Amino acid sequence: MTHTRVAAIEGWFTLDDEPHLLGTRCSESGTFYFPPETTMSRAPGCSAATLEPVQLSRIGRVWSYTNAGYKPPPPYIAMTDPHVPFVIAAVELIEERIVILGQMVSGVTVDDLAVGDEVEVVLDTLHFDDDGNEVVVWKWKPTGRRAEGAQ
Amino acid sequence: MVDEIAIIGAGMHPWGKWGRNFVEYGVAAISDALTDAAVDYRDIQFVAGADTMRNGYPGYVAGATFAQAMGWTGIPVTSAYGACASGAMAIEAARQRILAGLCDVALVVGADTTPKGFLAPQSGERWTDPDWLRFRLIGATNPTYFGLYARRRIDLYGATEDDFAAVKVKNARHGLNNPYARYRKEYTTEEIMASPIVADPLRLLHICATSDGGAALVLASMDWARAHGHANPVRIKAVSTITPTFPNTVIDMPGFSTDSAAGVPAPERTFKQAIGDAAYAQAGIGPEDINVAEVYDLSSALELDWYEDLGLCEVGGAEQLLRDGDTTIGGRVPVNPSGGLSCFGEAVPAQAIAQVCELTWQLRGEATGRQVDNATAGITANQGLFGHGSAVIVSR
Repeated sequence: MTHTRVAAIEGWFTLDDEPHLLGTRCSESGTFYFPPETTMSRAPGCSAATLEPVQLSRIGRVWSYTNAGYKPPPPYIAMTDPHVPFVIAAVELIEERIVILGQMVSGVTVDDLAVGDEVEVVLDTLHFDDDGNEVVVWKWKPTGRRAEGAQ
Repeated sequence: MVDEIAIIGAGMHPWGKWGRNFVEYGVAAISDALTDAAVDYRDIQFVAGADTMRNGYPGYVAGATFAQAMGWTGIPVTSAYGACASGAMAIEAARQRILAGLCDVALVVGADTTPKGFLAPQSGERWTDPDWLRFRLIGATNPTYFGLYARRRIDLYGATEDDFAAVKVKNARHGLNNPYARYRKEYTTEEIMASPIVADPLRLLHICATSDGGAALVLASMDWARAHGHANPVRIKAVSTITPTFPNTVIDMPGFSTDSAAGVPAPERTFKQAIGDAAYAQAGIGPEDINVAEVYDLSSALELDWYEDLGLCEVGGAEQLLRDGDTTIGGRVPVNPSGGLSCFGEAVPAQAIAQVCELTWQLRGEATGRQVDNATAGITANQGLFGHGSAVIVSR
């Protein structure tokens, strides 16, 4: 059975095979925003700047990681019963100099990771909705490389 | 440097899971603080309440709720909310009023009744609320963030699970005889290691619970305190309620991301470091002058971060400070002699006030069963969600 893929939230990531997180960039300071900031640049003195839509780098390195040993409370929608622990990583995008949270793809455990590991952004199932659609969200997937200069 | 004000009364209702109206805990704490200060409530000129978000409207207007509970006397009130920093904001509101000469003696109070389990966001579909979205899209709870910080200590500074357990063992021992603590039980490293993983590397016994509780302070100008029988009171030298400086490059609850440092260079000091810096600058003293601290051990690993952020040791030196016993009662700078959140659990609006109550008793030499010898200066620290700093420096 194939499911229609729908984004868990509109406008935060692309739905193609090599997905990108979607952000904005302050035209004056060059600061990046994720989730995309559309109201006003938060960089001090840049209130008149425009916020340009940008695709963020697909590759980053692990700033830190942990897991969810217990099922998170609602509004989290659990995929499995009983709960299977999943890993959450904070990942630094080098060019954008921003750290972004996300789940790791299923199958990755904390024992597989170290601070500095390289990961890429992919789409993976968050849950299935009442209409049988596959609701997808961004997750991080190890590339198997360790970023240079990582710490 | 800012002028000092006096702490002339401190009171608390024991922490627990009592399931009663939060107003009861606050009133009990107020009564104890007033007795301690030898002040009649009718002489109080201002009430600052720290809000609770989990008890309906009375919790949103805590200042008025407690003023009404004590019997209206026509005085002005304020109600402060800054998540875990709400208590510090309430203390600051009272201090400002006293320093401005608008009143001589003020009451500060915070109390909470909490539900069980993880702190969860408000219900409903809240697609523009990051606190709701982080649960929905990632399943990121508060311990998720504590786990990220703890793991970084392991990978960067060589912290071990034994170190995290040692913090818990220490705090459990500190709080053993504290009549206000909810958990008064010693733990062994083995018991801690046997508790289930909540957010790797943190286990259930590393994560603080949520509790019911109440705390209150009676604050006064130095002149009013001396004229009313308080010759040598504990003083508040600094209150730091700062916000971060852009770009904030350490991920904080409940955010999906840090600020980007690609456009504006990151500040030299992190937000948590800046919280302590601002307090020291105001007090005109430094970390070397501190002999006791009460910090927010939302997780045992987070206590280690605070050692460094408050300058009690250099960055990366917290594990050694702990292993040397410096932060244990009897050591150079005992941390969380009350037992900390480890023994209390968190009663959000009361907690920052309770930290100051504890330091008041420590500096008076009245902290029976957990006394830090010859303490003359102490600092409290915590950080509230959405960019709320909280630190108070007291001295005697």
